[in-house]
Amino acid sequence: MNYLSIIFSETYKILFLLVPVLVSVAMVVWLDRRIWAFVQKRQGPNVVGPFGLLQSLADALKYIFKEVIIPSSSNKIIFILAPIVTMTLALISWAVIPFSATQVLADINVGILYLFAVSSLGVYGIIMGGWASNSKYPFLGAIRSAAQMVSYEVSIGVIIINVLLCVGSLNLNDIVMAQENLWFVIPLFPMFVIFFISALAETNRPPFDLPEAEAELVAGYQTEYSGMMYAMFWLGEYANILLMCAMGSILFLGGWLSPIEIYPFTLIPGPIWLIFKILFLFILFALVKAIVPRYRYDQLMRLGWKIFLPLSLTWVVFTSSYLFYFNLLPTN
Amino acid sequence: MKISRIFKTIFMLDFLGGLTIALRELFKPKKTINYPFEKGKISPRFRGEHALRRYPDGEERCIACKLCEAVCPAQAITIESSERADGSRKTTRYDIDMMKCIYCGLCEESCPVDAIVQGPNFEFSTETREELYYNKEKLLDNGDRWENILAANIRADKPYR
Repeated sequence: MNYLSIIFSETYKILFLLVPVLVSVAMVVWLDRRIWAFVQKRQGPNVVGPFGLLQSLADALKYIFKEVIIPSSSNKIIFILAPIVTMTLALISWAVIPFSATQVLADINVGILYLFAVSSLGVYGIIMGGWASNSKYPFLGAIRSAAQMVSYEVSIGVIIINVLLCVGSLNLNDIVMAQENLWFVIPLFPMFVIFFISALAETNRPPFDLPEAEAELVAGYQTEYSGMMYAMFWLGEYANILLMCAMGSILFLGGWLSPIEIYPFTLIPGPIWLIFKILFLFILFALVKAIVPRYRYDQLMRLGWKIFLPLSLTWVVFTSSYLFYFNLLPTN
Repeated sequence: MKISRIFKTIFMLDFLGGLTIALRELFKPKKTINYPFEKGKISPRFRGEHALRRYPDGEERCIACKLCEAVCPAQAITIESSERADGSRKTTRYDIDMMKCIYCGLCEESCPVDAIVQGPNFEFSTETREELYYNKEKLLDNGDRWENILAANIRADKPYR
C-alpha cells in the first residue's frame, strides 16, 4: 500500500514535468520554423490555430496516422528501438533540471554529471537508427553524427569543469545558487560562447547539421524512418535542444535566479525566469539556423579538436590558477 | 593570416554582423502573401483558364474559322461546325483538352472576333482527369461568368496589340 502511494505520487510528479516539456517542445518547433521564416521574410506556419500555434499538433496528428514502414532488410528490433532510445534519453535528463530552489524532480548531488552522461548516451539512439536501417545514407549520417557528438562532448565537458571550479559542487541547485551575486556568463564569457557553439554541434543543429545534410545524405539517420518513429526522433531532437538551452541557462545565466534582486523582478517566480532564459537561448539557436551555412566535415573536426578543446583546456588552467592565486577556491 | 582576419575570427565579427542583419530583417514586412486568403496581382495579359465569349445580345462570337485549331501547337482544340438556318456558320463542337494545352495564348491571339480568350482564373484544378476535357458548354459558361473581367482585360491590353 505504501509503495503504491509512493509510485502514484512520483508518477504524478513525472507527468507534471513531462507534459509541459512535451507541449513546449511542440511550441518550440513552431517558434523555430516561424523565426526561420521571418528572417527569410516568409510567413511561416500561420494557418492552424491562432498564429499557426497548433501547427506542431497538426503535424503530430498527421504522423500518428501515417504508416510506419520498416525496411525488410533492416534489423527490426534495433530499428524500432532507436527512436524510443533517442526520445527517452532526451526526456529523462529533465529530471534533474531545477525550476526553483525546491521544484526539482530528482535533487541528486551529481546532477551535472548525470546530465552530461545522459546527453552523451544520446548518440546511441542515432547510431542504432543509422546502423539498423541497413542503408548507406543513414549509415553515413550516423557515423558522422557519432564522430561529431563525441568530439564536441569533450569540449563541453571541459567547459563544465570551468564552471564546477567556481562552484565546488556538482548539484545543479548549488550551481545556480553560486551565481547569486554574479552570473558565470560575465567572468566566463568565452566559455559561454564555446558552450553555445558546442551545444549547436551536440544537438546536430545548423551549421553543424552534417548528419542530416539533405544535399548529400537525404536526411541522414532519419532517412528510412516514417510516421510516428520519425516524429519521435524529432521530438527527441527538439527536447535535446531545449535541454541544452536549459543547461546553458543553469551553468551560465543563473538558472531560475532573477537578473537583479530588486522589487519588481523578485515578484516573478523562478520557473518563469528559467523559461525566459531557455527561450532566449532557443531564439539564438533558431537565428543561427537561419543565418549560417553548413560546415564541411573537416572544418567541423578542426573546430572541435584544434580550437575549442585547446581553448577550453587553457581556460581551465587560467580559471584554476586565478582562483588559487586569489584564494577564491570554493570550500565545503 | 592577416592580423585583421585573426581579430575578426576571434571576436566573430562576421557572425555578429550576420546576426544583426537577421534581427533587422526579422521585423521587416514579409515578401510572401497568405495565398489562399490573399492573392497576388495578375496582369491583364495573364493566360489562365479558357473561355468562349458572347456578344452583348447573347449570340456566340465564335464563327468557326478554326484558326485557333490550326495554330494550336499542342493540338488541344477540336472544332466541328455547321451552317445554321439563318445562314451563319457556328460551331457544333468546341473542345479543349486542358491537359494538352500549354497556355501559350496563340488561340487567343489568332481569333479574329475575340471569341476564345484566356481569363485570369488559374484555380481550376479537378479531382478527375475527365473534368479537364472542356466542351463548348463549359467554355461558354466560363465566358458568361468572367465576361466583365475578360472585357476589361481586352480593353486594357488593346493599345499594345
